[in-house]
Formats: sequence, structure tokens, C-alpha cells
Amino acid sequence: MEKKGRFGEFGGQYVPETLMPVLKEVEEAYLAAQKDPEFQAELKRLYSEYAGRPSRLYYAEKMTKDLGGAKIYLKREDLNHTGSHKINNVLGQVLLAKKMGKKRVIAETGAGQHGVATATAAALMGLECEIFMGKIDTDRQALNVYRMELLGAKVHAVTSGTQVLKDAVNEAMREWAGRMDDTLYVLGSVMGPHPFPTIVRDFQKVIGEEIKEQLKEKEGRLPDAVIACVGGGSNAMGSFYEFINDKEVQLIGCEAAGEGADTPRNAATIANGRLGVFHGMKSLFCQNQYGQIDEVYSISAGLDYPGIGPEHAMLHETGRAQYVPITDVEAVEAFEYLSRTEGIIPAVESSHAVAYARKLAPTMRPDQIIVITVSGRGDKDVAAIARYRGVQIYE
Amino acid sequence: MSRIKKAFENGKAFIPFLTGGDPDIATTEQLIHVMEENGADLIEIGVPFSDPIAEGVVIQAADERALKGGVTTDDLFAMVKRVRQTSQIPLVFMTYYNPVFSYGNEKFLANCQDCGIDGIIIPDLPFEESDEIRGTCQKYGIDLINMIAPTSEERIEKIAKSAEGFLYCVSSLGVTGVRDNITTNVGAMIEKVRQYSDIPCCIGFGISGAEQAKKMGAVSDGVIVGSAIVRIIAEHGKDSAGPVGEYVKMMKAAANS
Repeated sequence: MEKKGRFGEFGGQYVPETLMPVLKEVEEAYLAAQKDPEFQAELKRLYSEYAGRPSRLYYAEKMTKDLGGAKIYLKREDLNHTGSHKINNVLGQVLLAKKMGKKRVIAETGAGQHGVATATAAALMGLECEIFMGKIDTDRQALNVYRMELLGAKVHAVTSGTQVLKDAVNEAMREWAGRMDDTLYVLGSVMGPHPFPTIVRDFQKVIGEEIKEQLKEKEGRLPDAVIACVGGGSNAMGSFYEFINDKEVQLIGCEAAGEGADTPRNAATIANGRLGVFHGMKSLFCQNQYGQIDEVYSISAGLDYPGIGPEHAMLHETGRAQYVPITDVEAVEAFEYLSRTEGIIPAVESSHAVAYARKLAPTMRPDQIIVITVSGRGDKDVAAIARYRGVQIYE
Repeated sequence: MSRIKKAFENGKAFIPFLTGGDPDIATTEQLIHVMEENGADLIEIGVPFSDPIAEGVVIQAADERALKGGVTTDDLFAMVKRVRQTSQIPLVFMTYYNPVFSYGNEKFLANCQDCGIDGIIIPDLPFEESDEIRGTCQKYGIDLINMIAPTSEERIEKIAKSAEGFLYCVSSLGVTGVRDNITTNVGAMIEKVRQYSDIPCCIGFGISGAEQAKKMGAVSDGVIVGSAIVRIIAEHGKDSAGPVGEYVKMMKAAANS
């Protein structure tokens, strides 16, 4: 039988029968769009003129000097329109929705970045937009909820299950199973059933392509390491993909270890997960012995996910990429460190990548190069970090 | 002959669903007997899952109650084994793929055979992915129940041709849950199945009242009801036997009226 969308044994299409035909419809439309010069030209124009691509590759000189090892570059996805890498994917998918004749897009969101990006693209392209967000996340990211509403989207606070990102995905899938004729589910990460892990990776791979080109221009060579944070894994996959065949480039994903990978409160899927099937894909998941999906925890709402995209699971299994756990404490310190050292406030998600670079750089030589993908900006996290530090401020 | 075939020997089958362990294992065990005594032809036992993406709010809540109560897959195997000491009613598990896969397909299905489960329904394991478990199901004599949906159309042929036990015909788009109106032409879906297979076709999703049971019974071989029963159990808890029994009796009659 034909097995679609496999990355080694990972991936696949584990969804209810009701959704199988629409997945095929999305796959066919996507394959057509890839070959359609008009679609590609329009996407390129949006990337450039609307999102502000290419994003900058910035030499973090002070950080480099302070850490006293490898030379550090920051890939500034935080400078994109809407403040994160999420815009790369949604411009592609919402444009695809439009080409498919869909009138409405739905999406899940954790921190709110993907929701904001989807609402933005929907406003731009004149589609209706509804966002599903866990009730706990709507509370801790209230500003992003208002932002989505400002952009014309309807936000549903999801009260089922654990009321966070995984439950938002459940609810978006349920909604899509009830209404697919005029609706595309714009999945936010390299996860879910085929074709989403491939589509999202393809729309995000521009990050790594730009890194390669920009670094070649600045340094005339490849980086020694590319570091990115991983929840579902879209900014990491986008950063890594171009380098997969450049074996000398170390690829490092930083997952959220919350209060510690060996404590009950974490979201470190590679460290603690095992093979399972959930949200349409076979991959690694944090789960109990009976296959019940764990409630996971991270200070970062965007990494608070019990699974990981199937292509990452494969890169882990083959050893092509390494995945390291970063705790809340380390991420918050990195958040503050980059703010003070470079005047760049990174998203708390991206801070996980910055945290690992702080450990890795001093072990490397000054003629070596690390690229950190700063996947988003940290404005959305300022209030939460203040609370974490015991400071009460009014948003 | 497999026990599932017997479900279709007594007019239109009435197939009630309940979530295993909601509100506790003892009540589930009692309700299975009550359902049988009141005319159920086959019973679907839900193995609760933390993230049941094909369920509406009623069954989601039942899964949450059962899991909070601490029920495990092993408890359900043990419960079915006790039921089998006195009952030959066809029993199928309805669950999601992860509770099966994570437990180990081989071990899960061997335990199904051992305790006396006759079939398994896995809504998030579509036809294209089902071959990774089909052989193991056959090895242990467990029917893998296929599903078709209103969107299936040209997919019906291959799904119907590989169907075992009965074919679960999803009446409506969306998730499980009571609906006032079923707008899909389910009769036409079943006629299409008939071109390829004589497998019994049962209709589920959205059915709650006698009038719907009558209508759906008229165009199919059986009627499946989940949320409406789970709602009774949610309301009456451990004292559900009376109202669930009456409801099953009423619906069995309606499906055959």
C-alpha cells in the first residue's frame, strides 16, 4: 500500500476517514503550486515586500567576545513582520488556501505567534480566520488574543483537555473535520498528518537558504553549528534543511526542559518521549505506559508541546541532528543576557537556542562559527518574564 | 462463526457505546449486562484516550472522567474477561491508535483475543495506514472495523472490499455528538457499499432519538448510539442501569419499527 509522507518510519496520515480526502486535495494543490511560477513569484513578492525578507544575519560581536569562543551570528527572524518566523509558513499556506478557492482558514496557536501570523495573512488576502488557543494560553498571552481580534480573527479559547497547545490542535482538527469544503487548516509547525510536515518545512526552508548565502557572503564558508529551538520544530527544520547534506555543519535543536528534563514538569520530547501516533503522525511523544499523552510544561507557550515533527524524529534517530534540553531557568537567563548584551530581546522560545549557544561557544575555537536562529522577538514575553522574576507590571 | 455475525441475526442491530471506566469499571461491567438484557446486539466499549480527536464534548468528558478515575487498558481487559464468563454478546473496543500502538499492537490484540473482544474500531487509523495492524488483527481473530464518511466517495470501494465484521458508516461531517438533523444521504453511501460488498453497514454519529433510529435503521443493518447514552451515564453515574436499560430497549424497538 502507498505510504505517504514518511521520514523513515515517522510521519504518515493518521487521521479520521472524514479528513483523508481533504488531505489529498491539499497535497495536490500544493504540488501544483510548487510548479506554478505565478504562485512562486507571488510568494517571493510577499516574502520580500510584506514580511521584510531576507531577514538579517547579524554578527553578535559583543556576545562573541563575552563568551570567548566561536564567532556568533544571529539569524534575525524576529525582525519579520508579525515578529517571528511563523509568517513564512502562513503566507505560503494562506496563499495556497486562496488558490484552492477556500474562503476561510483556521489555525491552532500556543504562544499566539502562529495565530497572529495567520490572522495577519488572512486579513491581507481577504479570508475569514478563526484561531483555536488553549484557555491557559489565552490567559498568559492575552495581548496576542487582542492582537488577533484586532486583525479580524475570531479566537476560540479551548477549554477541553489540558487547555494548552495540544488541545488547541485537537480542537482545530475537530473543526476541520466538520467543515473542509470552504476551509483550510493552516497548521503552524512541521507536524500533523502528511502533507503538512513537508509543506511547512518547504515554506520555512528559506531561513537556512538565506543563512547559507549570507554567511558565504560575510565569511566565505559554512557555519560549524546551526542552533534553533524546537517545539513542533518549524523554525529549526527551516534552519536545518538546507544544511542536511553538509555533514560538517552540526545541527542542534533545543527543546524545552521546563523545570528540568528529569522532573515531572517539562516538554522535552526527545529526552523523554517514545514512539507513538498522535495528531496525525507517527513520531516521538511524551506519554504514559498506556499511551495517554502527557501534560507537558514549559515557561514558553510555544514549546509547550508533547511531540515533535516527524522529520526531526528521523534526524534524531539517524544522528544527523542533536537535541538538547534547556530549562526555564537557562532560557530566562539567556533572554536577559541577549537583551543586555546585544540589545535584542528574543522570544522566550528562541532564548532556549541562545542558552545552548552560551554553553557551546566557549568550547569552540574563535575561527569557528555558530548561527543561532532567533525565531521571534520577545516583546510578547516581557510581562511573563517580569512575573517570573517577581515583578508585577501592567501590560 | 464470529460473534459479530450474530449481531445481525435479530433484525436491525442496535449498537450502544459506552466509555470504559466511566464513572468506574464496576458500573461499565454492570451496564454491559443491562444493555444485553435490553436488546443490544453488539456493544462498543470505548478505551479512553487523553486526546480523542473524533469525539464531541460529551464523549471527551467521559474519557476525562474515566482517566481521572484511574482506569487503564489492563483494567478493561480484566473487565471484559469477567463479562465473558456469563455473556456471549459481541463486544468491540473503540479507541485511538496510540493506546493500541503504545501498548504494542501484538500484545494488545493478543489480550483482546484472550479476554474475548471480537473487533476493534480505530477512528484515527485510516485505510491507508491500516495494513500495519491488519495482519496482527487476523492472527488473533479480531475484526478490524473500517469506517466510511460522507467525504469518502471514490474511497468507498477499497474500504468496503477490505471490511471485516461490519462497516461503520459515519453519518455526518465533524465529531461524535447528538444532532437534530442528519443531512447526509447515508442511504446513498450504503447503496454504494453494496456494489462492492455485502458486509453489514451500521450508521453512527449524531443519532439519539427514536425517530432517527427508525430512519437510519430503514436504510442500514444497524444503528450505533454513543453520546446519547454517555449523557445518561454522565447524569446518573453509578445509578445508570435503569435509564440506560430503558433507553436501549426503546432504541432497539425504534430501529426495527
